[in-house]
Amino acid sequence: MFDSLAEKLQATLADVRGRGTLTEDDVSATIREIRLALLEADVNFKVVKSFTNEVKERALGADIIGQLNPGQQVVKIVSDQLTELMGGAAHELSFSPRPPTVVVMAGLQGSGKTTATGKLARYLREQYGSSVAVAACDVYRPAAVEQLVKVGSQAGAEVYQQGTDRNPVQIAKWARERAVAEGKDVLIVDTSGRLHVDQELMAELAQIKDAVKPHDVLLVVDAMTGQDAVNVAEQFAKVVDFDGVVMTKLDGDARGGAALSVKAITGKPILFASTGEKLDQFERFHPDRMAQRILGMGDVMTLIEKAEASYDEQQAAELERKLRKQDFGLDDFLEQMRQVRRLGPLQSLLGMLPGVGKELRGVKVDEREFDRLQAIILSMTPQERRHPELIKGSRRLRIARGSGTNVQAVKQLIKQFEQVRKIMRQVSQGRMPDLGALMRQAR
Amino acid sequence: MARDWRDLFIVDGAPPPEQEAAPATEQRRGGRLRRLRESLRKTRQVLQSEIQATLFEDLNDETWERLEEALIYADVGARTTAQVVEQLEREARENQLSGGQALSDRLVELLAEIADTGDDRIELLAKPTVILVAGVNGTGKTTTIGKLAWHLSRELNRSVVLGAGDTFRAAGVEQLELWAGRAGVGFVKGPPEADPGSVAYDAVTAARRDGADVVIIDTAGRLHTQDDLMAELGKVRRVIAKLIPEAPHETLLTIDATTGQNGLRQARLFSETVEVTGLALTKLDGTAKGGIALAIAHELGIPVKLIGMGEQLEDLRPFDAREFARALIT
Repeated sequence: MFDSLAEKLQATLADVRGRGTLTEDDVSATIREIRLALLEADVNFKVVKSFTNEVKERALGADIIGQLNPGQQVVKIVSDQLTELMGGAAHELSFSPRPPTVVVMAGLQGSGKTTATGKLARYLREQYGSSVAVAACDVYRPAAVEQLVKVGSQAGAEVYQQGTDRNPVQIAKWARERAVAEGKDVLIVDTSGRLHVDQELMAELAQIKDAVKPHDVLLVVDAMTGQDAVNVAEQFAKVVDFDGVVMTKLDGDARGGAALSVKAITGKPILFASTGEKLDQFERFHPDRMAQRILGMGDVMTLIEKAEASYDEQQAAELERKLRKQDFGLDDFLEQMRQVRRLGPLQSLLGMLPGVGKELRGVKVDEREFDRLQAIILSMTPQERRHPELIKGSRRLRIARGSGTNVQAVKQLIKQFEQVRKIMRQVSQGRMPDLGALMRQAR
Repeated sequence: MARDWRDLFIVDGAPPPEQEAAPATEQRRGGRLRRLRESLRKTRQVLQSEIQATLFEDLNDETWERLEEALIYADVGARTTAQVVEQLEREARENQLSGGQALSDRLVELLAEIADTGDDRIELLAKPTVILVAGVNGTGKTTTIGKLAWHLSRELNRSVVLGAGDTFRAAGVEQLELWAGRAGVGFVKGPPEADPGSVAYDAVTAARRDGADVVIIDTAGRLHTQDDLMAELGKVRRVIAKLIPEAPHETLLTIDATTGQNGLRQARLFSETVEVTGLALTKLDGTAKGGIALAIAHELGIPVKLIGMGEQLEDLRPFDAREFARALIT
């Protein structure tokens, strides 16, 4: 099954973690699991081969065997090696000192070029306050121009389009001239999806590039792409020598091994990650996080940053004070849940936590559950919220009626609250709760 | 096993009139095969060194390793690959198999057996037959529907209605409308940002009213991990089933041939929501081999029914397991 090999990898590493020494057999077994995990993550098999060879070499180095905790070192070697391959720090677009900066988007059909064009336009406007125009050069796919008109205007970009009767090279040229004349900071040229083996269309793409002299050509790659990513990237690199990659559909559960393959084979950096249907779900690509994702180690960094961005420091201080004084009540509990909800859908949050993936398989997080819990808490008196131990028979019944739930649900909520309070106390005392155990309890 | 449009569809009573003389059909099939071969030749250079040479040598550890790599390279996935290779190894050990052509033939046979799962035909007996089409964004749902409608209408003389259930993507409705025009079939859409369930309702109702043979419901692309959107898809299905209890008679999932192992997750989760009855494997005209369809057939028992091999109308074809198996390893 798809996930079981990645799980196995984690299990193997956990096993190694738990022991004091590392034998050559251990290394080989680990390597086998890493190989399988990478293959299941769709990393190209040639890349996997050279990668595992290097890991093996490094793992079998003298300073590994006999060390205090060799298992941890293997994990680190794998992770470091992967991050190194992914390209270290995050990269940026190269802006032209003389605007407009021209960006050409290219890729296979259905990889998400038009959506990415809109998202990039919005991103540049938000991040740099750029005035952006987008050019509709996909004259082949039915209604592609209409799509860009909609997406582009939602993104606050001006859409340059001439319908579908003109040649895309001419449209691109015209759009560039117009962008210069209108003093735009950035022009993003959306092109038709094309197969890397379609000589005619690839030649056309090269012509578009010649016509607009872009500062950046971005290849849009679907994160779900399999082994073929290498062929695609090689061909596009050969024909238009693209400068960077946009990975799309990263909000799915694909491990995204294609990112590693493309980077390893072409050496081109991945610049952006597209992570949802909404225009603002677009961010700079972080190679280290992608490495973790491919290995199924979770995405703790992203989670931490998300939490930082939407968590109010004052509230945090207040919460800490309450925890110390032990008067953390149901009101605070509700506020906590609201904070968490602000981070995004629960399912995706849990996916970012390492070790949780396996525990949560098959468990659906019901977002409506939150509304139910909220209704129950809001049906309590302020005093009851501060002192849930007051809630007995008749109060319970009243709360159940008031919230349109039943007595069981009220009981359950209070039990959950007690658990959370216990965990929060542990955390505030500097102890990290066992997430696995927590998830089992939650079930 | 469906090899031609007339094989693919199960229709009532007399078979639809032969519109073309046999030689023309023959030629078209030749053309299709040639296209498939051509598109696959592009990667053959790579693979030849990897596997083809090996297959004609004696059997040894390297043979199995190369074979494994070839299947992995085709996106068949580690699990299915391991089982196929193990099976061949076992047969070789028991002296039932030798190297060279015999191995190559047996491999194709085995892969075809795996691919040929369940019933890969599409029944059009109900009137109207409701076909629901779902899939991840960008896998080619709308294009597949357009071409399918064209074939049903032009080659099989069926009256078809298309329901524009992709009310989410900018210009999704317009794209389908253009296809309906090309295929000359009926078209039902709702107001902008309409509920896809209501569009499905209207389309099925219109098809019944007009006595159409087939109604195909398009849906917005959605990731299988988006619970709310998957719930919406489930609702579309329920709306259809409320009108006609047996419907949708066919639920097709589009899978992009370039998809890697995530395709299995897609098939699994879409199946849980809308009971997928067949795959449309699209974009086989590139260098991707679509081996993920084999893994899906193997692990979930969902047959491939249609393959998309290009942008032209005739590039949508019925699936042929043996042809597919051969293409996987050449």
